[in-house]
Amino acid sequence: MELRVENLTVARGGVPVLEGLDFTLSPGQVLILRGPNGSGKTTLLRTLAGLQPPLVGSVSTDPEQITYGAHADGLKATLSVEENLHFWASVHGVADIAPAVDGFNLRGLLERPSANLSAGQKRRLGLARLLVTGRPIWLLDEPTVSLDVASVKLFADAVQRHVAAGGSALIATHIDLGLKADTFDVGPYKADAHRPRDDGSRDSYSGFDEAFQ
Amino acid sequence: MIALLVRDLRLAMRAGGGFGLGLAFFLIVSTLVPFGVGPEAAILSRIAPGILWVGALLACLLSLDRIFQLDFEDGSLDLLATAPIPMEGIVGVKALAHWLVTGLPLTLAAPVLGTLMNLESPGHFWIFITLLIGTPALSMIGAFGAALTVGLKRGGLLLSLLVLPLYIPTLIFGAEAATRGTAGLSASTPLLMMAGITAGSIALLPFAAAAALRVNLR
Repeated sequence: MELRVENLTVARGGVPVLEGLDFTLSPGQVLILRGPNGSGKTTLLRTLAGLQPPLVGSVSTDPEQITYGAHADGLKATLSVEENLHFWASVHGVADIAPAVDGFNLRGLLERPSANLSAGQKRRLGLARLLVTGRPIWLLDEPTVSLDVASVKLFADAVQRHVAAGGSALIATHIDLGLKADTFDVGPYKADAHRPRDDGSRDSYSGFDEAFQ
Repeated sequence: MIALLVRDLRLAMRAGGGFGLGLAFFLIVSTLVPFGVGPEAAILSRIAPGILWVGALLACLLSLDRIFQLDFEDGSLDLLATAPIPMEGIVGVKALAHWLVTGLPLTLAAPVLGTLMNLESPGHFWIFITLLIGTPALSMIGAFGAALTVGLKRGGLLLSLLVLPLYIPTLIFGAEAATRGTAGLSASTPLLMMAGITAGSIALLPFAAAAALRVNLR
């Protein structure tokens, strides 16, 4: 499943953050999203995941093909590691959690309430959730935060296997994952609130803008 | 969706899950009222259905902000929104879980606690039946209010202010049906009106709440 983005403008709180985005994520591809803090990477990922509508432009893929790995892991503190994983697996209609458990080295932690996990262990559990969704396109927002070197390696291996099986991943990160990947820098697409809008394609908010100039 | 229901019930039973919070509050209210009003049996038995209904409603209100807020804070709600469950289904399941954890125990406890207020003999049946029909509406309306206020820090006050006026029709018809039934009069009109409110809120509010959640997640 290919993810194609055409002339996309994403906004946070109604203010455009990135505009004119054009890129394609094909099966088997890893695309690294680069850009300084606050440049709109998270807003872009949330828009692609279908959590917020784009201001302008289109995303070709059905959100049902996409799984989104956010900053927060979505874990329940009073549930055990196994219960947390089982829940996400059954929500997505996947029966087997073993590959996710082994892929992120969680075998020894299965009975532990996730309240008692360390930050890195929580993150590993949060990433293991990706494997139980069974979805082909991964959108990941700084997945390696609080992971040690060995766990980053586990994560890179998981991405490698996912991509080899025909999946794809769009990863916003600041570190080098050691993956064969293309890079997409959001810097040049930064929205300029003061630039005059004249290309017609952004009509839907140019009227709004002029009213304030 | 069943997985979500099982998870929510399991969370409610675990430590700090909020199961019993409403029930304990209800117990406190119905124990304290006889002390406040005085021991005159005639007065107590006359106000008992109304007091039980107000107590149940406030107990229900107490746990509303937990419906979506906890999932919002730990990021689960974002992930649920991208999961293959429709948002309306998520709202419905959350409201059902809230009812099973709050409304149903209140309904079962009310006839027993009615004894503390000298509730007359057919009254136990009527308080049970009116709460059984009325409390699902309280959970559903509450889930809608919780969806509206989900992004707000300390939104509990706003949630109560939003939801209380919406609770009033259910309270009026519920308490009226219970009072009339206890007095031996025909209670079918208020009972049907309340059943109508419950059916209407279950049919319409999941869509409204889902729309509110989508806006709040942006």
